[in-house]
Amino acid sequence: MIQSLILRTAIRYLFPLLLLFALFLLLRGHYLPGGGFVASLVASAAFALVMFGFGVEHARELLRLHPLELIGTGLIAVVSSALLAPLFFQKPFMTGLWLDGLHIPAIGTLGSPLLFDIGVFLAVLGVVLHIIFTLAEAVQEEGEFNE
Amino acid sequence: MSGSTHHGNGRHWPLAIIPLSLFLFFTTLIGRVGHGDTPLWSWAWVPQLNITFSFHVDGLALLMALIISGVGTLIFIYASSYMAGDPQINRFYAILTFFMLAMLGVVLADNIVLLFVFWELTSISSYLLIGFKHEKADSQRSALQALLVTGSGGMCLMAGLVLLGLAADSWQLSEIIYLGEQIQSSALYLPALILVLLGAFTKSAQFPFHFWLPNAMAAPTPVSAYLHSATMVKAGVYLLARLNPALGQNDIWFYTLVIFGGFTGLLGGWLAWQQVDLKRIMAYSTVSALGVLVFLIGLGNAYAYEAAMVFLLVHSLYKGALFMTAGAIDHSTGTRDIRQLGGLMRAMPYTFVGVLLATTSMAGVPPLLGFVGKELIYKATVESYTGSVYVTLTAVVTNILVVGAGAIILFVPFLKKQPADNPPPHHPHPAPLTMWLGPIVLGTAALLSGLFVGSEFFSEILMGSAISSLAGQPQEVHLHLIPLVWDIVPLLSLITVALGLAVYAVHARFRDPMQTLNGRVSRFGPENGYFGLLDGILWFAGRVTRLLQNGYLRNYIMMIAFTFFGLVGGYSLIGRIGLHPSPLNLRPYELIVGLIIILATLFILQTGSRLGAVIGLGVIGYSIAYFYLFFGAPDLAMTQFSVETLTVILFVLVLFRLPRFLSLTDTVTKVRDGIVATAVGLTMTLLVLTDLDVPTNLEIANYYAAEAYKLAHGRNVVNVILVDFRGLDTLVEVTVLAVAALGVYALIKATRRYLPHPSHPSHPTEQFDEDTRTPEKR
Repeated sequence: MIQSLILRTAIRYLFPLLLLFALFLLLRGHYLPGGGFVASLVASAAFALVMFGFGVEHARELLRLHPLELIGTGLIAVVSSALLAPLFFQKPFMTGLWLDGLHIPAIGTLGSPLLFDIGVFLAVLGVVLHIIFTLAEAVQEEGEFNE
Repeated sequence: MSGSTHHGNGRHWPLAIIPLSLFLFFTTLIGRVGHGDTPLWSWAWVPQLNITFSFHVDGLALLMALIISGVGTLIFIYASSYMAGDPQINRFYAILTFFMLAMLGVVLADNIVLLFVFWELTSISSYLLIGFKHEKADSQRSALQALLVTGSGGMCLMAGLVLLGLAADSWQLSEIIYLGEQIQSSALYLPALILVLLGAFTKSAQFPFHFWLPNAMAAPTPVSAYLHSATMVKAGVYLLARLNPALGQNDIWFYTLVIFGGFTGLLGGWLAWQQVDLKRIMAYSTVSALGVLVFLIGLGNAYAYEAAMVFLLVHSLYKGALFMTAGAIDHSTGTRDIRQLGGLMRAMPYTFVGVLLATTSMAGVPPLLGFVGKELIYKATVESYTGSVYVTLTAVVTNILVVGAGAIILFVPFLKKQPADNPPPHHPHPAPLTMWLGPIVLGTAALLSGLFVGSEFFSEILMGSAISSLAGQPQEVHLHLIPLVWDIVPLLSLITVALGLAVYAVHARFRDPMQTLNGRVSRFGPENGYFGLLDGILWFAGRVTRLLQNGYLRNYIMMIAFTFFGLVGGYSLIGRIGLHPSPLNLRPYELIVGLIIILATLFILQTGSRLGAVIGLGVIGYSIAYFYLFFGAPDLAMTQFSVETLTVILFVLVLFRLPRFLSLTDTVTKVRDGIVATAVGLTMTLLVLTDLDVPTNLEIANYYAAEAYKLAHGRNVVNVILVDFRGLDTLVEVTVLAVAALGVYALIKATRRYLPHPSHPSHPTEQFDEDTRTPEKR
């Protein structure tokens, strides 16, 4: 934890902005530069900032879900987007499905690849945060041990 | 474990609606299948690889499915009270349901790849269930042993099935079973046969792989009753029966199956009567029964097919019932040791009725179905095509030993007097309804099916269609309770029961000396081979790890660099000869970023601070991202930026844990490192230059660019490739990442005690070599 007023104030504004940016990257990914992977890295950076400014506990509270839950949800989303086609439409595993005709600005046509990308986003976010939080806690405990 | 404080029926029994509804569904198919129809459901899965998600129901599949869902219903009810009060009971039911669906998948799958997937899922659920009490070292060891044995068999099976598919040129079992001639004349036949047999033998605990099954008794008793007697261990038998028309009915098949199956039958029976733990007696008699089933499939005459299918059902009924009883006794008295048990007939009357029916069927006493099964086994051996007396003798001796084991299970705990000097931990009390229902229902089923064995429904429709699947062609089946011809077979039955009771009479006297003897013999047994192999692998892995991963990060990097240089360096050096360097058209901003990279590198080389070096590396990373931008790859640039940021964060977190920056390197080391670094840098440069000279194949890139919008509705080709065209890669990569995260977590949590302290820098190798040393010593 870094006791800096400037950093903390900046984080208060940066955190929501970064998360919004991550969402933006995630949704536009299919048409313009972006995508679930980059979006998850940006979101992880947002939580890492909070961790540096306010401590791991605070970052964990802000996340609400345990990173492992994010990983699990992400993997389920990825697999279920792949399973939609064989389960409901008699098409081979991982066939992309599209709601043709429905065109949403910025996102484009809704389809199973978006669910897939959301899954990638959640799983990678979970992976990165699980590692960062664990490392940070290990550092913290050792620091206390030294004192 | 089975804390005898829970007397109630538990709260989870309504979950039995899941297997029950499946059971009812399968009963509706009996009529159709019995008249020769085979319903088929099929979905495309990976059509490019001939993998379909297809299920078909023929007689054999239906018989197995009825056993799985029927016994499953009773087990779901039974476990409700057996597992009551266990904090993990929900997890238990989840895995049990998972297993049941996987097992149904094995027997119903029509595509052989699909069959293999379900096969492995049953191994994994079995692993989770054997190790259910995962805090116990015994459970851990047994679960791992079962997984390693059945898992290695699974690997063999996969290879065998692929060869089988190639030989048959078909991946559907419903077609393969008619292609026997084509397969057996193929050069792939023998390797496919050996590999498939390894898969089936490990799964169905045939000698020399039988040892995992008795150890699997570490599982909670509902699991032993369900997986390790009635269903999962029969998967190997099922596979042999399924492939009998395709692979079997020849000499190799006959001798392999009859010899291994016959010996397993004898061995299981021989070891069963010497045990003192009720569950182990039953486990060894299961090994014996599995051997008999394999033996019968190998015999391959009409009687053997009838015997195999009838005995499959007989064994599932009585063994499921007996295991449930063993759990009930354990619950009621607190022990399964037969030396402490006795007189339970009065204390547990309903359980006694269940055991009485089950052991009578096990011993092959009329009018239970077990009698019909045993008559058919003897008939099959008498009619076997070698006509060898040894075949009959094997069957008779095996059955004598099994009768002895059955007598021990019935007489010792229930009818004999309670030993006064060695009482069980608890005063016995009656089992609750959910615990005696299963044994009674299964025992009654054995009784009724024995009484009505000649009915058209049982004999021709249900068993007849299963026997036809096993034989590969329609069979006329007429089963009888009373023998039509009074030949040698009924006489053999009489001898079996008489001598079986004689085994019971002497078992207590010979048990202890036999166990001592077994201890000596087992030193040369296959289980010791298993442990030797396991130790050998661990020893080898330890040596390799010590050689390659000695705790010095720079050695790891040097190893990677050398490998890279050795594999790629020579090639790119040769590739450069005779090629002209491309002209350099540097734009000014490219030059500036290039200079920044060089400056940052020089800074890293001379800095005395780790943090400085990390920041220098970050500068290089960001600069490379600029290059991506310059050359029109914004996606890559963005990813590079984010990855760099997170890498720096990770570095900073890890830096706290490292000792102070020490100068451990002398001049010789520095020169050596310099040479390695130069060699790698040179290789990389040459490689990039070579790559520029090689004409790029644009076919794939153009295809993706052209089809991205048409096929995948996306304009961002990179993302379309990631989530759609090559979505399977991404799916697997994300899974690998998830596993990596768990690994990192485990490493940090498990090794933190042994890592050097920031304030006490010390030699890293020492720390890793002696990580068993207690941390207090430091």
